[in-house]
Amino acid sequence: MADKRMTEDEAVATLSDGMTIGIGGWGSRRKPMSLVRALLRTDLKDLTIVSYGGPDVGLLCAAGKVKRLVYGFVSLDSIALEPHFRAARQNGTIPEVVEYDEGMLQWGLYAASLRLPFLPTRAGLGSDVVKNDPSLRSVKSPYADGEELLAVPALNLDAAFVHLNRADERGNAQFLGPDLYFDDLFLNAAAVGRRFMSVEKIVPTEDLLKNGTIHTMKINRSMVDGVIEAPNGAHFTNCQPDYERDEKFQKEYADAAKDPETWKAFVDTYLSGSEADYQKAVAAR
Amino acid sequence: MSDATLGEICVVAVADTFRGDGEIFASGMGTIPMLGARLARATFEPDLLVSDGEAFFVANDLPVGGTDKQVEGWIPFRSVFDTLWGGRRHVVMGASQIDSYGNQNIANIGDWNKPKSQLLGVRGAPGNTINHTTSYFIGNQTNRVFVEKVDTVSGIGYDRAAELGEWVKAHHELRRVVTNLAVYDFNTPDHRMRVASLHPGVSIDDVTAACSFELVIPSDIPTTRLPTDEELRVLREVLDPKSFRDRELPAA
Repeated sequence: MADKRMTEDEAVATLSDGMTIGIGGWGSRRKPMSLVRALLRTDLKDLTIVSYGGPDVGLLCAAGKVKRLVYGFVSLDSIALEPHFRAARQNGTIPEVVEYDEGMLQWGLYAASLRLPFLPTRAGLGSDVVKNDPSLRSVKSPYADGEELLAVPALNLDAAFVHLNRADERGNAQFLGPDLYFDDLFLNAAAVGRRFMSVEKIVPTEDLLKNGTIHTMKINRSMVDGVIEAPNGAHFTNCQPDYERDEKFQKEYADAAKDPETWKAFVDTYLSGSEADYQKAVAAR
Repeated sequence: MSDATLGEICVVAVADTFRGDGEIFASGMGTIPMLGARLARATFEPDLLVSDGEAFFVANDLPVGGTDKQVEGWIPFRSVFDTLWGGRRHVVMGASQIDSYGNQNIANIGDWNKPKSQLLGVRGAPGNTINHTTSYFIGNQTNRVFVEKVDTVSGIGYDRAAELGEWVKAHHELRRVVTNLAVYDFNTPDHRMRVASLHPGVSIDDVTAACSFELVIPSDIPTTRLPTDEELRVLREVLDPKSFRDRELPAA
């Protein structure tokens, strides 16, 4: 039986420039932040990022790593607008922007996970989503209705990052919070070999059901290639029920992002060392 | 003479948009829309399903910010999408811009390619508007919000829907727009926005001054109804004892 335990740095070492990376979670909720922070420590560039965006998108934009961004929204939830993402959009520093309806993003991931070229939907039709992405095509129903539908192309990922609550060392995992979001789709849409999952705690397989019912076990080991134990790894986003969002820190992040000087100080304090250094700096506040 | 505040009048106007909806998901984005959904369910539309704003349907009259939930169902985002694509939902969203046919923008201000101000992105607005009934709440109606043409069409209006074939025409419905000044609907032959009622103390000149497109103005415009005593009691004592409604919409 494979022991898939690894570190964040080992996970990101498998990536190369120009890859498409899907990041699970939703807004500022249960984001695989320790993996994002590991990505920030690399020289990787020209990445395509696919996300229901939060600070993951903001940090990667601020670091200049994003060549193409595919999103349905970017928000910090309790702070509606993500400052780094806003700045990047307003300064035109993201070369390619693909803005989808939230449901279209799900459909693109689902199509990829089913190995289909596209899935049809009405969501997006008539809106400026289709104007702003001229590569989108429609498809005509082959049945009597003949309806014209939007064909959302598969969002095939080179790698996926997600953060769950518990897993065993083989990658069977569970979410204990209120919502899985679309983490299973991100994993299933990604290339085998680069499906990375951080978790709050690695436990023996036989202990998984002590934490929650069978319904929490939506991720099985065939969906995962690397398991990273990352306590507080979603910080400063939430990871219910293990912890809530660190609102104070999120505010510090958003305030710091307003000015290059204060942002540099934030990076020096929190993002210039290892994950252990980050956690130490957070705890020392 | 009622002592209802502007916030309370708006909550009730939003609640009224859910009248007759029956057993569907009444979804409100923001404090006043959420209160409108909960008030409708607590009073005249008891079959509605309302959520805690996170992932649960709650059976009790949960106050804003309340945590004492009587859960009656699970509605994670995937189920929200399933529900809305299935049409069993009526959402009340905000709008940074809206035009006369009800095209709505929450994505950005200025050219989409390099926006003057990046906002949220289109979020679920395209899918919501094409799949089920949508209303809007706008707390600050100005002529920069009620615009001739929105910068990025997020939620689709009647002119866009009309170009999309029979199914969409049959299912697309923008029911009402509630603002701090008035209530609007699209009950006109070409589905252009019409003044449905003016809030107490608001004149037709006030609304046209806060609008950059030509509103349909009927000859006889009623005043927006005031909350009933029971609605005020439920709102003040049960659903919003800390008065978040008045913080979101202070009286002019």
